[in-house]
Amino acid sequence: MTDIGRSGAVSRPVEADKPPGLLYNIFVRNITAKIAASPMVAIVLIVFIGCTLWSVWFSFTDSRSLPNGDFVGWAQYERLFSARRWKISATNLLTYGIFSLVFTMVVGFLLAVLMDQKLRFEDGFRTIFLYPFALSGIVTGLVWQWIMNPTLGLQSTIRGLGWTSFTFDWITNTDMVLYALLIAGTWHGTGFVMVLMLAGLRSIDGEIWKAARVDGIPTWRTYLQIVLPMMRGVIVTTLVIVGSGIVRTYDLVVALTNGGPGLSSEVPAKYVINYMFTAGNLGQALAASTVMLLAVFVILIPWMIIEFGPKKAH
Amino acid sequence: MANVSAVGEPSGPRPSKGFNPKRIIIYGIIIVAAMYYLLPLYVMITTSLKGLPEIRLGNIFAPPLEIITIEPWVKAWTSACTGLTCNGLAPGFWNSVKITVPSTIISVLVAAVSGYALVNWRFKGSEFFFTCLLLGSFIPYQVMLYPMVMITAQLKIFGTLWAVILVHTVFGMPILVLLFRNYFASLPQELFKAARVDGAGFWRIFFQIMVPMSLPIFAVAIILQVTGIWNDFLFGVVFAGTQNYPMTVQLNNIVNSTQGVREYNVNMAATILTAAVPLIVYFVSGKWFVRGIAAGAVKG
Repeated sequence: MTDIGRSGAVSRPVEADKPPGLLYNIFVRNITAKIAASPMVAIVLIVFIGCTLWSVWFSFTDSRSLPNGDFVGWAQYERLFSARRWKISATNLLTYGIFSLVFTMVVGFLLAVLMDQKLRFEDGFRTIFLYPFALSGIVTGLVWQWIMNPTLGLQSTIRGLGWTSFTFDWITNTDMVLYALLIAGTWHGTGFVMVLMLAGLRSIDGEIWKAARVDGIPTWRTYLQIVLPMMRGVIVTTLVIVGSGIVRTYDLVVALTNGGPGLSSEVPAKYVINYMFTAGNLGQALAASTVMLLAVFVILIPWMIIEFGPKKAH
Repeated sequence: MANVSAVGEPSGPRPSKGFNPKRIIIYGIIIVAAMYYLLPLYVMITTSLKGLPEIRLGNIFAPPLEIITIEPWVKAWTSACTGLTCNGLAPGFWNSVKITVPSTIISVLVAAVSGYALVNWRFKGSEFFFTCLLLGSFIPYQVMLYPMVMITAQLKIFGTLWAVILVHTVFGMPILVLLFRNYFASLPQELFKAARVDGAGFWRIFFQIMVPMSLPIFAVAIILQVTGIWNDFLFGVVFAGTQNYPMTVQLNNIVNSTQGVREYNVNMAATILTAAVPLIVYFVSGKWFVRGIAAGAVKG
C-alpha cells in the first residue's frame, strides 16, 4: 500500500499515425480499456465520492426517516455533541481505541519477535495466533460473551476451584465492560499485527544483525534501537489499518454486549446505525457518520504526510 | 508482492536441537500464548458437546464428562429460533452461500480487469481514480450506507440478495484492485509489449497472457473475499431483508434474542457452524491466507 501514485507501469501503446486530439484522447484512445475500467471508475465516482458528499450534505438537514428535511446548518452537530449517548460512544471509542491500538501493536510485535527466533513448528504457532482473524466479529463476540459469562463462565469455574471471592463480571459491569471488549478485540486482532510485523522483521537485511552482533549489542537493544526504527513503514501501515478498523468497530460490540449494560459500551458506528434505521433520525445519523469520517482522516493525514510528504530518498 | 513471500519462510540455519534456558523460556512463553489463543476454540467445542445440566455445573473449561451429545448441533442446524421462525441456521447457511459465491466471482473479475487496465492500459486520470479508490477504503461504511440503500432501492433490488452482492462487490474493490494492480505491475512488461506488437488486443492479452500468469493472486483474492463476505454482518442486516439474512445475522439472533432458557450448548454449536467456512478456508489455504492479508499492507 506504500506505492500509491508512483507507477510501476509501462508507457501506453503508441498509435503514431493519428493526431492525438483532446476529445480523441478522452473518448477513443484505448476505448476497450476504458470500458473495462468503467465499473471501477463508476464505483469511485458514485459511491466513494458521490455517496460521501451526499451524506455530508444531508447531515446539515433535519431529515427524519427519509432524506427530505430542511437545511438547518450546524444544528445536528450541536445536538450530536450535547447528546449523552454520543459522548459515551465517542469516549468509549477513544478509550477502547487507544488501549486496543497500543495493546495489539505491542503484543503483536512481541509475538513476532518470539516467532522470529527460528522456532520449530513456526507454521503451527502462526496458524494458532492468526486463526481468530479468520473469524467474524459476531463469532468472536459470542464466544467471549460465553467465556466471560458471570454465572457460568470463567468466574464460576475459578470459584469452583475454591477461590470463592473471585470476581470476573466485566461484561455486566459498567466500569469494566470496555476491557471485556478489549480482551475479545485483541484476541481477534493481534495475529494480524503479528503477521505484518513478522514480515517486516524478515525484510530486514541479515547484515544488520551480523554487524550488531560483532559490535556486541544485546539482542533486545538491537530490536528496540535498530530493527524497530527500520520497520517504520510496516509499523505505520499497520497502525493505519488497525486504527481505521477500530473506528469501524461494530459487530463485535453488537455480539458481545449490544452496547450494554445500559449505554456503557456504545460506540459511534452503532450510534449511526441506530439513528439511521431504528430511531429514524437520518440527519443526526449522518452528522455522526461525518464526524466518524473526520476521525478517520485525522488518523490518515499523518500517514499520508509520512508516506507521500517531501522526502523519500532511498 | 514479491516481498510478501518473505512471510513464513525463516532464513538461516535449522533450529538447533540443543536446549538452553533462553530457548526454554521462549518456548514457554509462546506455548502459554498459544494456549490462550486456542482457549475459545476449545471452549466452543466442549460446550457444544455438553448437555445443559453439565453446563449448569459452571465449569466452563472441563471437557464433556457425562455424555457427549450432538443434539445441540442438530438443533442449531435445524430448529433453533432465529427471531420469529425456528428453522435453525440451515437457511442462513444457504443465504450466505448465495451471497458469497456471486459476490466473490463478480468482485474478483471486476477487480482483476481494473487492475490490468490500471497497469497496462493507463488512461488519463487512471491513477487519480485508483488513489480515490484507496482513500475510499478508509471511509467508514456508515458514511456511505444510506445513499447505498437509496441506490439499491432505485434499482429495485433493496431487500434482495442482489443488493448485498452489489454492496460487497463495491466495497471489496479497493483491496482487490490494489492486489491485482501490484501483482500485474510486478510481471515482466516485455510480455505485454510483445503481445501488443503481435497485434493482440485488450481482452486477448488479459485472458491468454495475464490470467494464466496470475493464478496465485486469484487464489489470494478469492480467499480474501470468501472469508470477508462470509463474516460480514452489517451489509447482511441492512440490505438483505429478513428472508435473506446471512448466517452471521441469524447466529446473532439465535444467541442474543432468545426468550426463556438460554441453551449455551446450542449457541456454541451454532457459533462453530458459522465459523466453520472461514476456518476451513483458513486451515486449508494456510500460507495463501497469510499472503492475502499481508499483500495489501506490506511492501518491502
